[in-house]
Parts: sequence; structure tokens; C-alpha cells
Amino acid sequence: MIFALVLLPALAGLLAFALPKPALRRGVLIGTAIIHAALTAICWKFSPAPTLNEWLALDAAGLLFLSITSGLFLLASIYAAGYLSQEANRKFTDIEEGLLFDNAPEAVFIGCLLLFLSAMTLVTVSQHFGLLWVAIEGTTLASAPLIYFHRHHRSLEATWKYLLICSVGIALALLANFFLGVAAVNSSGENFPIVLPALLVHAHDLQTPWLKAACILFFVGYGTKMGLAPLHTWLPDAHSEAPSVISALLSGAVLNCAFLGLLRVQQIFVGAGMEQFTRDIWIALGVASLVISAIFIIGQTDYKRLLAYSSVENMGILALGIGLGAAGAFGALLHAINHSLVKAMLFLLAGNILARYQTKNISNVRGLLNATPVTGALWLAGFLAITGTPPFGPFLSKFTILKAALDLGHGYVVIATIFLATLGIIFVGMATAFLGMAQGEPEKVTIATNDSKWQIAPPLVLGAMVLWLGINVPEPLANLLKQIASTLGGAQ
Amino acid sequence: MIFTKLILVLLVLTNLKLLGSSRVGSSIRVVAAQGIALGLLPVLGHAHELSIRFGLLAAGTIAIKGIVFPWFLFRAVREAEVTREIEPYVGYVASLISGVAILAVSFWMCMRLPMPASLASSWLAPIAIFSIFAGLFLIISRKRALSQVLGFLVLENGVYTFGVGLAPQSSLLVEAGVLLDVFVAVFVMGITMFHINREFDHINTEQMSQLKD
Repeated sequence: MIFALVLLPALAGLLAFALPKPALRRGVLIGTAIIHAALTAICWKFSPAPTLNEWLALDAAGLLFLSITSGLFLLASIYAAGYLSQEANRKFTDIEEGLLFDNAPEAVFIGCLLLFLSAMTLVTVSQHFGLLWVAIEGTTLASAPLIYFHRHHRSLEATWKYLLICSVGIALALLANFFLGVAAVNSSGENFPIVLPALLVHAHDLQTPWLKAACILFFVGYGTKMGLAPLHTWLPDAHSEAPSVISALLSGAVLNCAFLGLLRVQQIFVGAGMEQFTRDIWIALGVASLVISAIFIIGQTDYKRLLAYSSVENMGILALGIGLGAAGAFGALLHAINHSLVKAMLFLLAGNILARYQTKNISNVRGLLNATPVTGALWLAGFLAITGTPPFGPFLSKFTILKAALDLGHGYVVIATIFLATLGIIFVGMATAFLGMAQGEPEKVTIATNDSKWQIAPPLVLGAMVLWLGINVPEPLANLLKQIASTLGGAQ
Repeated sequence: MIFTKLILVLLVLTNLKLLGSSRVGSSIRVVAAQGIALGLLPVLGHAHELSIRFGLLAAGTIAIKGIVFPWFLFRAVREAEVTREIEPYVGYVASLISGVAILAVSFWMCMRLPMPASLASSWLAPIAIFSIFAGLFLIISRKRALSQVLGFLVLENGVYTFGVGLAPQSSLLVEAGVLLDVFVAVFVMGITMFHINREFDHINTEQMSQLKD
């Protein structure tokens, strides 16, 4: 079962490189996404048996992030199939500098997309830290060609930064793995493989100095990939230059994969009773991300970069939540789901807007509600959702985190204040941009066509899910989140 | 034991050579030599418990780092028809002095950490850390995309050195996965480099500064 989840997209991806017909390739893409989502749904009912000496197993945290990834990928693949049929075999004029460019071959795009899904699935099912590392680096490598889909020099610059910064960061995480290997000794002083269950059993015997050194390197390595400030520098470039559907996957799924990697580290520290050490790191990185993203969101002129900085902000919220103990961790996990859904929706809509207005500049987009009512309405709904306005899901999760901070008492009031203040600043910054884009009269240059079904359906579904999560968190999901949160928070 | 130390000393010398080298071609050759030396490290360092695992790992490392990478990078240099100069931000002498300083700091740092008994040599950890820092230094202080890839390889070699010292604890599957990832990373970076060359007519990263806030 686990093998099927990982290998199916990998094989389909290799197949897509070889297939000659575009229609066939897109069929393979959507077909694989549907089967993958179906398998994931089955995992909720029957939990698959661990394989490969328990190196691969689907625990509660894995199941949560696998579901997010698989669901997003299904919707993104539908959008991508429509997008590719529109983009196929055309020369393009660059919208910013007027130069001609073409796209990467579609076979490469779909092949890498499927390999990317395979790598992300491997991240969610890896219990062995070495394997987890291999999978996270795999997501970087499979997604780099996707960012360079539009072949011009800005996307090239973004790809190079992404590759180099993430590879260096992740190389440090590899060193962390070796440190963890040194730290992993049982009570009789023998080393054992760095598999999560074994590490938890022997958590109190681990060598503390090496464990702490490993932890810091893990935060540097996976934190870079997760986009926590001040390690986020690749993120706005990659998100703004990649095709929108890729930005949606990067923001909604990849950042979560790195987050999961750090959650595994947190689980060890909770097991060893040293969570105070990691909590401080989580809170520091969380607050830094919130403050830095707020600074860059104010006065941002490019709406895709705006969304990218909003991702940095939300990763900061996740980090802050984990740093606040079990209650905060519950909120953070819920927020991870909400953020993935909303951000994917917003990036897909940004793709629609870009296709229609041919500009990424906020001030050049006017009258969305008139020009394209459905996209415009969803864009506004997405804005309300991402800034944490009720009745959408993010309101609930942000509120949970805020409450967790206030419940912890004295010292944490400062953190709660910073949290609220930055959220307020970001609300104002985003409101200026989003409301300006939605209102007013559209300029004549916009192409007067209706958005097609594939452009509307995926964001609509995502929006509906966020709304539903805001009104009612389903029982099985809440139980799953509680179960994970208890392994992340430790004793209050 | 003596072989391990020999290889570690070789590692330090190659890193210093890289920091002071002004030629692209010789830098690629030095990194290749470093890769081969590292490939031999597990074989020589654990000679008393030689197994198929170490053999496979050594063969894979030597093949990829000693043969495939240099071939691929030399091709990149030829295709790009770049001048053979490295073009540093930080001069060669300054780089060398920094290298020596980093070496001293690495040894000082490692004297303060409790070393596990399983490490093959007490020099291993400081020299691994020296390689990592030297790699980082090369990435930030050089303009050319190619030099940055070489820097990444040096950094990765440093991480690998540390890993080899702990070889009994890791496993073939993970090591093979790591090797595969590095291979694909350099492959993708190489392809990106071709495109950078085509797009900008050179492989300087200096002019890639449009995306910022």
C-alpha cells in the first residue's frame, strides 16, 4: 500500500517523459492524481502496515500531510491540464520586458510534476530520518524544472536561487542526520538506526549535546525549505516566477513537507522531555517570520510576491503555534490545513488574473468583480479567509493559537501582542491590494472571455472546503489533530 | 588508520588549493580528486571489516564524483566557452588566509564537543566541518555559477566525510539515496547552467539580481 502510494506517481512520471501525445500525458497526470487521492482516502479507513523494517509507515502526522498533499495535487492537476492545453505550442511575449520566450517541453513539465508528487508522498511516509532527507531533497530537485517552465531570465534567476539556497540548506540537514546518528545510543551505549519509533523508545538515553547540535542544523536546513524568516529569501522569487499552479503546490504542499520534517524533530525532543529547547527556537523563528513578512507585505506591488510573503507569514504562524505547546500545536496543525487550501486557491486565482490582465502589478489590475465575477468574488473570499476573518477556517486556527499564547500567562502576552499586531498590519496591507484589484472599472485592454471551467472549479472547491472547516471541523479530523498535537506539545 | 589520516590531510590540501586556485579547469580536477579520495575513505578506513556494502559505496562514489561530475562540468565549460578565470569577489590570497582561519576555528570547535568513540579518527570531525565551511565560503565568494556548483560539491564532500566516519550506523539504502540526490542535484544545476549561459551569454551570477524587494 505504502509502496503503491510512492511508486505509482514515480512510474507514471517516468512514463509521461516517454509518451508522445499531449492528450495522453494529461490523461496520465489526472488519472494518477485520482488514483493517488483514492488510495489516500482508503488509508483513512484501513491504516496500511509498516514496511521495510518500519522505515516506511503512515502515522497520524504522515496521514494528515499526505491527505493535504494528495488533495491539493488532484485539484492542481485538473488546473494544470487546462493550463497546459492553453499554453501549448505558443511563443510568448514577456509581460514585463516585452521579450519573446517559449515554455519548457510539456513532457518534462508533467513528468517532473508526477515525480514531485512521488517525492512528497515519500516525505509523509518516511519514519527513517535519512530517508526523510532524501525525500525532501527530492522535492527540491523535482520542482526546480517546474519553476523554470517559462524560459526567460527572471524565472532562471529564481530557479538558480531556489536550487542553490535549498540544496545548501538541505546539505546542512544531512549533517544534522549524521549528528542524530551519533546522538542515537540506547541505555547500554550501542548505536541504533535513526528511525522515529526507536528514537522515541530510547529518547531519554540520547546524547544531549549532539542532539541539540543536530536540532539546530535541522532548523537551518528544513527551515530554509519551509520558508521561515530569515531563511526565506528564495521563496518570493520562486513563487512569483513559477507558473501559478506550481506556486500553489509549492506553497500548499512543499512548505508543509519541510514543516513535517521539523515536526519529526520536535517529536523526539518532546519524547526526551527537552521541548523547552525547541520551543524557544520555534517561537523565535515564528516571530521573525511574522515581522519580516509584515514589513514586505506593506507596499508590495506584485500580487504573486504578496501571496509569497503571506506564505512566509503563515509559516511563521505555524512555527509560533508549535512553540506554544499542545494547544498551540493543535491550532498550528489546523492552520496548516487551512493555509494550504486558501493559499492554493489564491495562487490558482492569481493565475487566472495573470492570464486575463497580463500583468503581475497590483496597481494595473482593476475591476476584477466586473471583468470576471467568479474569479473576483473568490479572490475577495480568499482575502477574507487568509487574513483570518470569520467564518473561514483560518480564523478558527489563528484564534486557537492566540488563545494558547494567552493561556500560558505572563511572558507570553508579549508574543500574543506581536502576533495580533503583525496580523493587523498584514490585514491592512493585503486589504489595500486586494480591494483595489477587485473594485473599479476594468481597463479596455483586458481580454473579454469567460474563465473556463478548469480555471474556476479547483479554486471553488478549495474555497468551499475552507468555509466548511471554518464552520465545522469534522470529528475524525479533530481526533487526528488531537492525536498529533499530543506528540508535539508534551506536558503543559 | 594511517590511510584515513592521509586522506584527511589530502582533503585539507585540496580545499586550500581550491580557495587559492584561479583556473576553472584545475578546480574541477581538484574537486574530482577530492571525490576519489573520499570514495577510498570507507574502504581504507574500515579495512578490517570490508564488505560488499563498502565496496559498492566506494565504487559508486568514485564513479560519480571522480568521473561523471568532472566530465559533465568540463562539458559545461566547453559549451559555455567561458574564459578559464574564476572571477572571485574575494581575492585568492584573502581566500587562502580565510581558509586557514576556518581550519583553526574548526579544530577549536571540535575540541569542545564530546566525540563519539565510533569516529574513525579524531581529525575527522574538524576536517569535515572545515570542508563544509570552505564550501560555503566558495559559494558566497565566487561569481561564476560553475564555481558555486563546485562550492556545493565541496560542502557536500564535507558532510559525506562526517558520514563515512560513522559508516557502521548508516545504511546502504540511505547512502545510495544521498548519492542519487547529489547526482541529480549537480545534473539539474548543470542544465540550469547551460540555460544561464544561453540567456545571459555568460555564467556570472552577478547580473542575476532583478528579483528583489
